[in-house]
This record gives sequence, structure tokens and C-alpha cells, in this order.
Amino acid sequence: MTFTLNDDQRMLKDTARDFFREQAPVTRLRKQRDEKKNGRDPDLWREIAGLGLAGVIIPEEYGGAGLGFVALGAVLEESGRTLVASPLHSSALAGASALLLAGTDAQKQEWLPRIASGEVVATIAIDEGAHHAPSKSKLKFEGGKLTGAKQYVADGHIADLIIVTGADALYLVKADAAGVTRRELVTADSRGAADITFENAPAEKMNGGADVVDAILDRARIGLAAEMVGSASEAFEITSEYLKTRRQFGQVIGGFQALQHRAAKLFTDLELTRSCVQAALDALDRNANTIAEYASLAKARASETVHLASNEMVQLHGGIGMTDVHDAGLYLKRARATEALYGGASFHRDRYASLLGF
Amino acid sequence: MTKDLEAFRTETRAWLEANCPASMRTPMTGEDDAVWGGRNYEFKNPEAKLWLERMGAKGWTAPTWPAEYGGGGLSADENRVLQSEMKKIGARPPLFSFGLWMLGPVLLEYANEEQKKEHLPKIVRGEIRWCQGYSEPGAGSDLAGLQTKCEDKGDHWLINGQKVWTSYANHADWCFCLVRTDTSVKHEGISFVLIDMTTKGVETRPIKLISGSSPFCETFFTDVKIPKGNMVGRLNGGWEIAKRLLQYERTNISGFGSNTRVDVVDLAKKHVGIEDGALEDRDLRARIAEHKMTERAYALSVQRAQEEAKAGGNVSHMASMFKVAGATLNQDRCELMVEAAGNRALGWSGEGFSPDDIATTRGWLRSKGNSIEGGTTEINLNVVAKRVLGLRDTQ
Ligand SMILES: Cc1cc2nc3c(=O)[nH]c(=O)nc-3n(C[C@H](O)[C@H](O)[C@H](O)COP(=O)(O)OP(=O)(O)OC[C@H]3O[C@@H](n4cnc5c(N)ncnc54)[C@H](O)[C@@H]3O)c2cc1C
Repeated sequence: MTFTLNDDQRMLKDTARDFFREQAPVTRLRKQRDEKKNGRDPDLWREIAGLGLAGVIIPEEYGGAGLGFVALGAVLEESGRTLVASPLHSSALAGASALLLAGTDAQKQEWLPRIASGEVVATIAIDEGAHHAPSKSKLKFEGGKLTGAKQYVADGHIADLIIVTGADALYLVKADAAGVTRRELVTADSRGAADITFENAPAEKMNGGADVVDAILDRARIGLAAEMVGSASEAFEITSEYLKTRRQFGQVIGGFQALQHRAAKLFTDLELTRSCVQAALDALDRNANTIAEYASLAKARASETVHLASNEMVQLHGGIGMTDVHDAGLYLKRARATEALYGGASFHRDRYASLLGF
Repeated sequence: MTKDLEAFRTETRAWLEANCPASMRTPMTGEDDAVWGGRNYEFKNPEAKLWLERMGAKGWTAPTWPAEYGGGGLSADENRVLQSEMKKIGARPPLFSFGLWMLGPVLLEYANEEQKKEHLPKIVRGEIRWCQGYSEPGAGSDLAGLQTKCEDKGDHWLINGQKVWTSYANHADWCFCLVRTDTSVKHEGISFVLIDMTTKGVETRPIKLISGSSPFCETFFTDVKIPKGNMVGRLNGGWEIAKRLLQYERTNISGFGSNTRVDVVDLAKKHVGIEDGALEDRDLRARIAEHKMTERAYALSVQRAQEEAKAGGNVSHMASMFKVAGATLNQDRCELMVEAAGNRALGWSGEGFSPDDIATTRGWLRSKGNSIEGGTTEINLNVVAKRVLGLRDTQ
């Protein structure tokens, strides 16, 4: 196991950081929101894909860079820092993973190159209720037709390709196919999502059963945890900078020991979580047999950390943190969405206990 | 004495019966039903106007204020009778007013005769709506660090500066405001002034919160001239008045923002699922149970404090504890609701989310302010540590 980035990974991370800082700072999300784009920013996505970021885990034979999960995790972390609204996670990680793990050769040939180029946006549709419960799917598949309903599909409103999970099977559905109805959701995190119903929608069955569904979800969970660590880190850094500059009672508020301890505790928590997420990404690249365990560890901890970091960001900014002109609210809203997606802390604590056999 | 009270009760009951319009005896359905009064107030319901006029004329919007200033002139006992009779018929409060809750009591205590005669009756009748100019961008926790400048220009005061979090400033007719009249000292350089919001140089801008639109405003004063007679109390004596007013400030702040229409347990049952009579998510179940226990502990403690206060005990030290506990409780409740509602609590507007879903999300966001407004949790904990526990900073 290693926690150190190699040269390729480091270079990719730097590229991503520079690009997101310059082209997609938080003001871009704010602008998308104020223009009621609900997460639609095709120009931004084209640029992201143009840098090769949509094909990081896709092997070269399918038009990707074949750099692996540690590399993509580093990119996602950087995107989380500035709350970049793009289908990077849904398409380049979740969708691509689904095709890589469950796609037939033909499906891979058809879709992976277009996902890598950014031409096609893919996503995975899992939950059928308000909570993450992949094993409880009631999806029906008969004669090549899919029937069922999915809730809050991340990037579901902009996806071209939807990989739909059943309890023990996966299906590939084109978003514009007959029988597919999308209800676009205007979400608090300004990213948008969709509730999607399938009514005898033409679908292709993919390879694999429940274990493959789980393996795909674990990739999605670990990747999202990386994004969450990025958001939490940025929330922490903005806040600790504020503690150094905001003055009350004739001194900087960071001079109050009560607040020093809050910052130090949050930092400690963040560092512990970062280790878990890095280990999880590394486990994916090594194809270790501990991936499931690491996925739940990383997602549960990242959920708790981003929860705390986003709350502290508001509180330690005082009144200004409650106003819409400040970014704290944007971090808070995105935090709760990422916490819930692919299972929150309580789902993963429970799963972790099961995996450890108690 | 009790005989007089009984007579008062009979009289009051009859008066209320005759004068409280039918629609004013129904429960308020939302914030929209609150009547704030003021020069430009538009009544949604003509009966609300009538109710305010009748109660205002009797002085019963401010039952215990002296009759000479438009108040009801009632004793504390009589007021209790009035409140209980109003409660009996479900009468709505005729007026919501910072003038009644905050400014009036300090005017009675600190203002000169002319100021009392001028302002109190208009507060009672709901003719003038007031806002509070306290916090500034640079002066929140450290309120006494306020910088809005008030200069003596001989025949008038000249005011320059900015206030923030002035609720309803955009609807208010007048503002009671803390200003700096001496920059060489801190608390002793603050004065308390009254500003007509229509004066040239006064501007307001609404504040949008992370939960959406809000009653709060930023208020700007640019070369605002106010008459010399608009200072309450003595020059540089405003801090004492400011603190006294804060004691009157009605802070039921801990409840702001929660979607109280929905119980967290019902919400969890609806969205999480039940297995063997228990919430399927045992982890969430345990945390909701923990919250319900804290809620109970809080309610019991409030009850205990009330009982002790009645028995003459000093419970003033509990205010900061209750503020902290109440804010935490409400925030925890909102977090649990958002968690219980899962992806249905991640919406902002539009289709796909019910009005209750949206109220849960927005209420959760608004609740984040509970530990900031009315003194932050950190400041209140400092108060508990220092004043209650006697723990001092070491210098
Ligand atoms: C929703 C809302 C409604 C409000 N309504 C009103 C209103 O009606 N009228 C009004 O006048 N004001 C109102 N306010 C303003 C409120 O009183 C201030 O925001 C609050 O006092 C904090 O001040 P600040 O925002 O300047 O934060 P700061 O004082 O800058 O605080 C920043 C952080 O530092 C911490 N801190 C500061 N000093 C210390 C210390 N000594 N020890 C430890 N920690 C410390 C704070 O707790 C906070 O976490 C409202 C604010 C909000 C958010």
C-alpha cells in the first residue's frame, strides 16, 4: 500500500487543480445556479473532457488514459474543492466502472471511447426509495424491456446513458429510449438530478450479478469519498483562514482557545479520513480483496467529516456564514447530497460491521 | 381584590366576546397571518385590522403600559386574566411588534416625557413599526465594538455607518439604533438614538439566507440628519439601555427554521421502513431516540426552572444554558429529519418534492442560524463558564 502519488498522478492532480481553480471556481457554480442551469454546463464538461479527465480510469484501448483510481481520486478531490458541477463522478467513474466491470465486449467498444471523450455522459441509477438500498430493487426485466422507477439519479437529468441496477443484475438503457421518463429535480446543491421511470423501456442486460453491482457501487463510493475530502478540506481551509483574519473583542477570533481546539479537532478528523480515502483508492488500483471494507470505511468517514466541516464552516463564520453571498451554504448543501448518495454513514457503519463479521 | 379580579374577568370575557372577530379566533396558519402594523402595512384580512384597532384603542396590545401613554393600565394580575381569557377563545395576538416587545419597555424606563408621549401610543396602536439597529458587519459577538458614527452638529446629529441583520428594516417606519458618539472609549462611547427610516440617506437591502429569502436587511446610513431630541437617555449612556433592551428581546430563537409540522419519528417511519416494529435503520433509530431523550430533558428543565422561578429562586443563570441547549436541540432535530427523509430532503424547489419536503430542507438550513442569532453558542458557553461556573481567563 502506498500513500504517495507517482509522477503521472501528481501531474494529473496539478493539471486538475489549476484548471478547476481558474475555470471552475465556486463562482462558476454560483453563476450556473443563478442562471437556473441546474447543473447544466456543457462548455465546462467539454473542457474537462478535453483535458482527458473523463477517461482517467478507462484503458488506452478504449480511448482512455488508463491511469487508475488513485489518479482519478486526485482529480475528484480537486473538483470537490471548488464544488465543480459536472458529471465527472457519475460518468468518468461510476458509469465507466459499470461498463468496465459488467459490460460485454460490444458494450465496452460502443460506449467507453465516447465516455472517455466526454461525448457521452453516463450515470448509474440505483435507489428506488428515499434511501440507499441496492439489494431491495423491484426492477423487472422481461423480453428485453425494463420496468421500474429510480429516485434521485445523480446527473440523471443530463445523462445520455443510464446503467440501471437491479438487485442482482445490471441493464444498459439509453436515456432517450421509448418508455424512459425523466423528472428533473431542482436540488439544493444546484447540481440537479432526476427521478426516472422505466416503462417497458428497451434495455440491454449486462454481465454479472449482485457481487458486480456491489463492486461498481464500491468504486462510486470511494470516488465520491475523494470528492468529499476535497470539499471538506477546502471548507476547513477557508474557515481556518477566517479565524486568522476576523477580529472581535480587539483580537483575531483564532486567538480564542475554544476556537483553536475546534479547528484542531476538525483538522485531525480530516487527516484520519484522508488516510482512509487514499487507502481505498489504492486498494482499487491493487484490486485488493479488501475493497468493500475500504469503501464503507471511506464513505462513512468522509460523510462524517464533510458533515462536520460544513457545519463548522457556517458556525465559525458567524452571521456571514448564514448569508447566501457567502460560500459556506454551498458547501453545506453539497455536503448533505454527497453524504446521502451511495449510502450515508449509518448505512456504511452497518455494512462495515457485517463485513467484519459482527 | 379577588372579587375585583372576578369582575374584571367577567367584563373582559364579555368585551372579547363582542369584539374579537370570528376569523381572529382561528389558529394562525403561518407567518403570513402575523400582523405587524406600521404606516404602509397592508392587511390581508379586514378583520385583522378591526381587531388591531379595537385592541389598540383599549390599550390591550400593551396591557400593562400606563394608560397615559396609550397602554391598558392593567395590573400584572389583570393582565394574566386578560391573557387567559384570550387564550380561552383562541384569540390571535392583535399585533406583532418590536416596538411592543423591545423598544417600549426601555422607553418607559429611560425616555423623557416628550419621547414617551410621541412614540408609545403609536406603538400601542400599531401605527408605527420599529426595527432594531444593533449588529454591524464588524460588531457581532462584540456588539460594543460598533462603529456607526453619530456626530454632534449643533442643531442635529449626523449619522454615518452600516447596520446588519435589521429584521424587516425594509418595512419599518422607524429604527432604534446604537451609535458611537465617542471613539476614545468602548462601552462608554455608545448612545441610543431613534431614526425615522424615511430620512434622506437611509437605505435598506434585503439579506438572502442560505435557506432563501428572509426578513433580514442591511441598513445603510449616509449623512443622515436626525433631530437632537431623538437621543434616548444621556449622551454616551446607550450601552445600559442596549443591554436592558436585550433582556426584553423575545428570543424564542431556538425554534426558528424547523419544519414543526412534521415529527421526525413519523418522517423516519415513512421513509426508512419498519422491521419487527422498529425502524429498519437501527443506527438512525438509536440517534433519534437519543434526540427524543434530550428533547424530554430540555422540556423537563424548562418546567423545573419555571417552578423554581415561581418559588422565588434565581434562575437567570439558566438563560444561556437554555439558549445553547435549545439551539442544539433544534439543529439536531433538523439534521435527523434531513437524514430520515433521505434524497427527498435534498431538493430546493419544483416538482418531485412535496411542500413538506422543501420545508424540511429549508428549515434545516435556516436552523443553522440558531446557534448564531441572539448570541452565538460559543459566546453563551463563555457566559456559562465565566458567570455561572466562575472560571476566569488567566491573564
Ligand atoms: C439568522 C440571524 C438572525 C439575526 N438576527 C439579529 C437581529 O435581529 N438583531 C441583531 O442585532 N443581530 C442579529 N443577528 C446577528 C447576530 O447577533 C450575530 O451574527 C452574532 O452575534 C455573531 O456575530 P458575527 O456574525 O459578527 O460573528 P463573529 O462575532 O465574528 O463570530 C464568528 C465566530 O467566532 C466566535 N467567537 C466570537 N467571539 C468569541 C469568543 N470570545 N470566544 C469564542 N468564540 C468566539 C463566534 O461564536 C462565531 O463562531 C442575526 C444573525 C443571524 C445569523
